[in-house]
Amino acid sequence: MTIDSIHNGYVIDHIPAGSAMALYTHLGLEKLGCPVAMIMNAQSKRMGKKDIIKIDGDLDLSLDVVGYLAPGATVNVIRDGTLLEKRTLDLPEQLTGVIRCRNPRCITSTERDLPAAFRLTDREKRVYRCVYCEAKYEK
Amino acid sequence: MRHLINILDLTVPEIDALIRRADDIMARPEDYWDACAHKILATLFFEPSTRTRLSFESAMLSLGGQVLGFSEAASSSAAKGESVADTLAVVSGYADIIAMRHPKEGAPIVGASHSLVPVINAGDGGHYHPTQTLTDLLTIHHVKGSFNGLTIGLCGDLKFGRTVHSLIGAMSRYENIRFVLVSPEELKLPSFVKQEYIKDRGIEYIQSQDLESVLGDLDILYMTRVQRERFFSEEEYLRLRDSYILTPEKLKLARPDLAILHPLPRVNEISTEVDRDPRAVYFRQAHYGKFIRMALILMLLEEAAK
Ligand SMILES: [Zn+2]
Repeated sequence: MTIDSIHNGYVIDHIPAGSAMALYTHLGLEKLGCPVAMIMNAQSKRMGKKDIIKIDGDLDLSLDVVGYLAPGATVNVIRDGTLLEKRTLDLPEQLTGVIRCRNPRCITSTERDLPAAFRLTDREKRVYRCVYCEAKYEK
Repeated sequence: MRHLINILDLTVPEIDALIRRADDIMARPEDYWDACAHKILATLFFEPSTRTRLSFESAMLSLGGQVLGFSEAASSSAAKGESVADTLAVVSGYADIIAMRHPKEGAPIVGASHSLVPVINAGDGGHYHPTQTLTDLLTIHHVKGSFNGLTIGLCGDLKFGRTVHSLIGAMSRYENIRFVLVSPEELKLPSFVKQEYIKDRGIEYIQSQDLESVLGDLDILYMTRVQRERFFSEEEYLRLRDSYILTPEKLKLARPDLAILHPLPRVNEISTEVDRDPRAVYFRQAHYGKFIRMALILMLLEEAAK
C-alpha cells in the first residue's frame, strides 16, 4: 500500500500524539481486512507532534469514537481518489456503545442488549455521565 | 408518552397543579371515587418496598381503579432472567399505568422506553424516588401554606441520602429559600449537589455539625437516618449518632411552628417521645404520600389520553 494513494477510505489526521493505538483498537481496525497505516509522532506545526491513521477501505467509521478519543482530529473522507469531505471532530454530545458504565449498581451492568450511553455534561472538563445512572465516567 | 423518572422532570407549575389536586382530593375524596374506574395500575416491584407499594395501591383503589403486579423479583419473570425491557413490553399491555421499583439505577428509563403506558419511578436503587419528594413537597406546602421564604434544615446522612438531594433540587426552585445542612463531616452533602442546586442558584446556606446550634432558625427540619454501615468504626458511629438524634430536650430550642419531617422508616434518629409533639408531622407525611400519588396517577392518565 502506498500510504499516499488511498482510493476509497479515510485519513484521520491531527490525532493527539499517543492516541492512535487506542483509536485503532476502539475503531476495531484490527478486525478489518483492508490496509491500515499508522504514523506516530509526526511533526505538526499546530500540535508539535501528532499521530495519523490511514485506512484504505470503505468502512462505516464511527465519528463518535474518533471525536471522543481524539478531539480535534480531522477526518478526510476519500472516495474514488478524491477528497469528498473533511471534518474536524470535537467531543460528541452523546456517546453510545463506546465506553462502559463502571457503576455496578447501574442497569447497564445487568440488562441484556442495552448499550451504555453517555451524555457530555461538561465540555471544558470533558465530563461524560451515564444516561441511566448519571455516574461520571472515570477512565 | 409522559413518564415520571426524576422529580425535576416536573416543572414548578406542574408541581403546583399536583399539590392543588392533592389538596382537593383530601378535601373532597368522594369526588374522586370513580375517577379511575376501569383503569388498572400495575405495581412492578423488582425489589420489595411494602410501604411504597401499599401507598400506590391504596391511591389507585381510592380512585376506583384496580391493581395488579408483583412485590419482589423472586415472584416475577425477572427471576427467570427476563429483562426489564421485555417485562415492561409485556405488562404495559395489561395495565393503563405502571409504578415500577427496581434495585438498579436507571432501570425505569429502560422500562419507560419499552412501555406502552406511563411509567412512574417508585425508586431505582439509591438513585431517584420522585414520589417521595412529591410527598415531602405536599407535606411542606400543607403545613406552611407556601414554599417561598422557608429555612429548611436537613439533618443526618446528607451524603448518601438521595431523598435529601432530590428535595434540595426541588426546593431550590422557589423564592427566598435558605438551607441549613447538618451532618457529621463524613456525611456532608456531596459538592456536586451543593454546586448545582445551591451555589449556582445563589441560594443562602449554612453548614453545621451541630443540630442544637441551628435548630432555632428552622421552619422545616428534615431528619434522615444515620446508618451504622456508613462509618469506619463502631465508636465513631456511637459518638456521632447521638448528636443527630432528635429529643424533646433539643426541641425546646426550636420554634413553635417548626415542622419535623422524615421519609420513614425511622430507626432511632427521632425519639418516640417526639411523636406526641404537634410539630412532628412525619406520620401525616406518610399519609399525604397517598394523596399526591392519586394526583400524579390522574395527571399521567390525563396526559396519556391526549
Ligand atoms: Zn450507569
